[in-house]
Amino acid sequence: MTNEWTDACAIDDIDEEDVIAFEHDGHEYALYRTEDDRFFATDGLCTHEQVSLADGLVMGTIIECPKHNGRFDITTGQTKGGPVCEHLKTYETQVRDGRLFIRTG
Amino acid sequence: MVIIGSGEAGGCAAVAIRDAGWTGPVTVIGEERHLPYERPPLSKAAITGDDPPEPKLSVEARRFGECDITHTSGSRVSHIDRDSKQVHIEDGGVIAYEKLLLATGAQARPLAVEGGEYALTLRSQEDVWALRRFFQKGRHIIIIGGGLIGLELAASANRLGARVTVIESQDRLLARGVPEEIAGRMLETHQQQGNRFRLAASVEKVTRTSVWLKTGERIDGDVVVAAVGAQPDIALASAAELPVSNGVLTDAALRTADPDIFACGDCAATVHPLFSPSPRRLESWQVARDQGSLAGRNMVLSPQDQEAVPWFWSDQFDWQLQVAGFPDLGETVVKRQLDEETALHFFLSGDGTLVGAAAFGPMRLLAKDLRISQRLIAGQVKPDLSQLAAADRRLKTLLAA
Ligand SMILES: Cc1cc2nc3c(=O)[nH]c(=O)nc-3n(C[C@H](O)[C@H](O)[C@H](O)COP(=O)(O)OP(=O)(O)OC[C@H]3O[C@@H](n4cnc5c(N)ncnc54)[C@H](O)[C@@H]3O)c2cc1C
Ligand code: FES
Repeated sequence: MTNEWTDACAIDDIDEEDVIAFEHDGHEYALYRTEDDRFFATDGLCTHEQVSLADGLVMGTIIECPKHNGRFDITTGQTKGGPVCEHLKTYETQVRDGRLFIRTG
Repeated sequence: MVIIGSGEAGGCAAVAIRDAGWTGPVTVIGEERHLPYERPPLSKAAITGDDPPEPKLSVEARRFGECDITHTSGSRVSHIDRDSKQVHIEDGGVIAYEKLLLATGAQARPLAVEGGEYALTLRSQEDVWALRRFFQKGRHIIIIGGGLIGLELAASANRLGARVTVIESQDRLLARGVPEEIAGRMLETHQQQGNRFRLAASVEKVTRTSVWLKTGERIDGDVVVAAVGAQPDIALASAAELPVSNGVLTDAALRTADPDIFACGDCAATVHPLFSPSPRRLESWQVARDQGSLAGRNMVLSPQDQEAVPWFWSDQFDWQLQVAGFPDLGETVVKRQLDEETALHFFLSGDGTLVGAAAFGPMRLLAKDLRISQRLIAGQVKPDLSQLAAADRRLKTLLAA
């Protein structure tokens, strides 16, 4: 099951400049859509206290953790302030026929 | 650059001093045995967790090595000599400073009644060890004080299967800092989980295991915990004749009356340019972090005023309280219903400026809107009240307006 493209959702399931959670094979991912309709995917849980990032706020290309404001760049997974020090893993994305695919594994 | 106090604010300041380009020595002097660690888990996971709690180091503490920051633990500053610009350590050491930061935090307020010294309190990692001996299934925990820490401890004890009685002197919970209706919802939540409350109850005296109320009634349990607030550690500042009231007084750039001495975090009462001209002291982890970073920066570069909108959270059972800004400055309240039971409350000042927002409920319902509110407060917007209340419209649209 490694390195496969997984059909994650319809692109319209994600609002502009927002995030949703997606579970696959027991792993939680966060799927993002930017205001200019680019799509990104990272691990779904904050590296501070394993909280679902899908409940957080996306501003530009930054996701803010809902719990203590830890921030990550959604395009690279890098930490951008707050109490977090471990980066998020990112996953490649692809849009085909109105659906978002991510490269899982 | 010398920092007194190795807590959340002191740690952030040390790293910020380096980030601001200072290449000279940076020393953080801390009384505790640890590097800066996170206090918020102390009333939550550190109490309920299976494993003996280890301090969870703040993220800045992990950068001390790379940033070449000298950290002296287990050393208490006994006084500051402003004339010679030196701090004196209790063991006799002396450290000279160019700029000094007071980040001494606060201590749990002792219970000022007969036998008050028998009550356990919570501020440090070590305090958790003492509490864990009693916070167990089947025990009866008596908590004096219905503030955030008292309530978090009540929720944690309940989780562990203990019986809990909370005694509060006022006729409502969380009278400081949390709007009444939200405090009422928190009370209901605790009661639904089985915690008992004695509101408007004055304590006459305590022993290790009992509390006598002024009415003569006696409540027996297995341990008495005093969670009656925190008092700022201002002794060094007042001995050095710096102005203090409920905290070391600073201007909006976190400077005390002495241009070479700054103060921030739980020990400081600071002016916030967005809110009111009178200094306010807050006990918030985010504020300690924001102010610590700003103080460190201002010790090196030309000082800037604080801008960050204060924010704090509290975890109670599966729910979260989040508060941004200063709800108590609000004259008008507008509610945005997030679901049947959860509402986001907005607080607007007399001229219609948004000054605060607060909500209690599942984090997934409230976190995004709270963050947006924080930004709206920062922008000093005067929003249309019906738009704030319209839960079917994304709050984010107001940011663009
Ligand atoms: C149990 C608990 C739970 C909390 N939960 C939350 C929460 O859920 N949400 C939230 O927003 N906030 C919470 N807080 C508040 C938050 O932790 C504080 O606001 C924050 O720690 C303040 O940081 P500080 O650096 O100003 O002070 P502190 O963290 O108190 O650090 C000050 C340090 O200075 C040292 N010191 C004092 N005097 C001297 C001296 N003379 N010489 C040397 N060292 C000295 C002290 O030993 C201490 O280590 C909680 C606090 C506690 C105690
Ligand atoms: S859980 Fe994400 S910042 Fe703490």
